[in-house]
Amino acid sequence: MPVKLTVTGAHAVAQAMRQINPDVVAAYPITPQTPVVEYYATFVADGMVDTILVPVESEHSAMSAVVGAAAAGARTMTATAANGLALMIEIVYIAASYRLPIIMPLVNRALSGPLNIHCDHSDAMLARDSGWIQFFTENHQEAYDFTIIATKLAEKENVLLPAMVNLDGFITSHGVESFEMLDDEVVKEFVGTWNPKYSLLDTENPVTFGPVDLFDYYFEHHRQQEEAMNNAYEELPKVFEEFAKISGRKYDFLDLYKTDDADYIMVVMNSTASTAKYVVDELREEGKKVGLIKPQVFTPFPKKEFQKALNGRKGVVILDRAMSFGKEAPLYSLIKSALYEVPSRPKLGSYIYGLGGRNTSPKMIRQAFEDAFNDNLVADEQRYLGLRE
Amino acid sequence: MPNIRDLVDYVENNDWAFTQGHRLCPGCNAPMVANWATLAAKSLGYEPVVGVATGCLEVSTTIFPYTSWNVPYIHNAFENVAATISGAEAAYRSLKNRKKIDNDKIKFIAIGGDGGTYDIGLQSLSGAIERGHDFVYILYDNEGYMNTGNQRSGSTPPGADSTTEPIGKASSGKLQLKKSIVDIVAGHEGVYAATAVTSEPWDFMRKMQQALEFRGPAFIAVLAPCVRFWRIPDDSGVEVTKLAVETKYWPLWEYNMGVYKVTKKPKTFKPVKEYITKLGRYNKLMKRPDANEILEELQNYVNAKWDRLLALEELTKDKPLRTKI
Ligand SMILES: Cc1ncc(C[n+]2csc(CCOP(=O)(O)OP(=O)(O)O)c2C)c(N)n1
Repeated sequence: MPVKLTVTGAHAVAQAMRQINPDVVAAYPITPQTPVVEYYATFVADGMVDTILVPVESEHSAMSAVVGAAAAGARTMTATAANGLALMIEIVYIAASYRLPIIMPLVNRALSGPLNIHCDHSDAMLARDSGWIQFFTENHQEAYDFTIIATKLAEKENVLLPAMVNLDGFITSHGVESFEMLDDEVVKEFVGTWNPKYSLLDTENPVTFGPVDLFDYYFEHHRQQEEAMNNAYEELPKVFEEFAKISGRKYDFLDLYKTDDADYIMVVMNSTASTAKYVVDELREEGKKVGLIKPQVFTPFPKKEFQKALNGRKGVVILDRAMSFGKEAPLYSLIKSALYEVPSRPKLGSYIYGLGGRNTSPKMIRQAFEDAFNDNLVADEQRYLGLRE
Repeated sequence: MPNIRDLVDYVENNDWAFTQGHRLCPGCNAPMVANWATLAAKSLGYEPVVGVATGCLEVSTTIFPYTSWNVPYIHNAFENVAATISGAEAAYRSLKNRKKIDNDKIKFIAIGGDGGTYDIGLQSLSGAIERGHDFVYILYDNEGYMNTGNQRSGSTPPGADSTTEPIGKASSGKLQLKKSIVDIVAGHEGVYAATAVTSEPWDFMRKMQQALEFRGPAFIAVLAPCVRFWRIPDDSGVEVTKLAVETKYWPLWEYNMGVYKVTKKPKTFKPVKEYITKLGRYNKLMKRPDANEILEELQNYVNAKWDRLLALEELTKDKPLRTKI
């Protein structure tokens, strides 16, 4: 029977990892990811899992070691945040192009500088073009669930891509909240065993991983990565369906909250969606037809789902917790581009919020909605919530 | 010790772990190192799994869709072959524990150039050694970033011309001595570390055996000329490394958990000048007015290093620092 645990988000993620019990975990501590590694190290030390933990000397080596381990046929995981991701980014790209289904919780934190250890999504956006599947999670339950879902999806033969599960630094990772943990056996059966086709340890059938790939093949290989990402998009509904069977929780590309009849919609990722849902409820009580969309999947980007969800609305406000200096904010630009093809385009507003862990209050969320009702949205005018100008 | 007859068998049966068709330059010494390391492992009954850092050996042996590697092989990036192999080795332990694989013969061999070892890959190497992974790291030391056109590395010796610290009117080029990489590795203590050269295959094979049998990290630094950027004739790489040993430029020694041993003690030595003047990469140095001064400094340095090695051998005889990793 599933049990309710009231713990931190880092603990919830570590529990999912424990149940998956990967062959190899290599990780390096960085706030706010540190407790994930610490919990896992305790599980190893107490014999609750028989994973080989490689306590590397840097994130660059963490990603390098999991690439080596995954190429050797192991189910592998690591976890990091911000500067750790930046340090390993070279190998993050390599992991995807070698088609190694590595799983990595990314505990979102501002990417320096100056140094800031608090939440934003600049780290995740650094890796948006790396070829990794990217999930975003609102709370403990989702962080736990998506770690399991990611493992199942990444290892599909027609996918074979690494996947990162984003959760908000401190807010989710260190906040205490209840979540429902599935039975160990149920998770074990759901993720199954990982039997890769090629392995460095198959000395009878030697293969070369990571050859030099010049102008005559590199392009085709990258095209195949795109195909794998398309396959991930196709496979995801099936995985969500299977996960619903074991958990009773049915996920989709987009979490649609009170959007059915909504004229005005906000789009926001991760934990701020909870605050936004609260504001949606308040505004609904005031008779405003508002709703919220929280993307669970960022890569592959659920373009069709956004088109369907946003076509014909009056106004859409998009909140980004990262900037793309000199260009449109990442989530905004993707949604805007998705809407190019819809017959009835809504007005759009771009809002930057919460950088470096700046608190995002219901009042700020309400302000963005109010801009929408008051017909005060100007496409491409980037606005800032909670900023002292 | 790998048996010569076994080695011949592998050659006659065309059973190379590292096979022909690669595109390294004629006269390059790196393929000798790759060949000997893998052949030695195979002839001792091991099944090598190889990782190679970005560099000449890697780019010239795996141009897709071809590969010269007849054994499992991985290239990840420039600075991380040790970390990559440490992950593969961890996977091996894990999958054996979990009874997912049943093979006790695998040995992990990481190979890197001097750039990938002395410089950008030093942290990855140090971490993997400190963690005690069971692998053999082979450095083919050609004393520069040769793949990318002879840029200086932490291994480039003073006075050698390079494209990132060239000798010019206002600059005397690189003056720093090379890092003593085997001492750096030996500083990890729980390690087997040795030097080797391409002119002494049996010394290399014996060290390779020691390294393979050592239960933990092992490291062999092989002086392996790049004939092109050392500006020497194609067929002279081996001859040059012989001279490197005879002039104390590259003494042959090993370190095993605290115990130093000099593995070749020539009765007489030649002056280091003989080595330097054979290499075209020093031509500009030799034209400098202070050439003799620089040579004298180098001679004093190699003499002192040699004396130090002998003293260390004496001091540490039968006195290992550790008995296990
Ligand atoms: C992170 C990174 N920096 C720089 C390079 C460019 N690069 C590729 S190989 C190489 C030099 C390799 O030198 P070395 O390790 O001495 O091997 P060699 O080429 O001499 O065989 C350099 C600088 C790279 N591939 N990756």
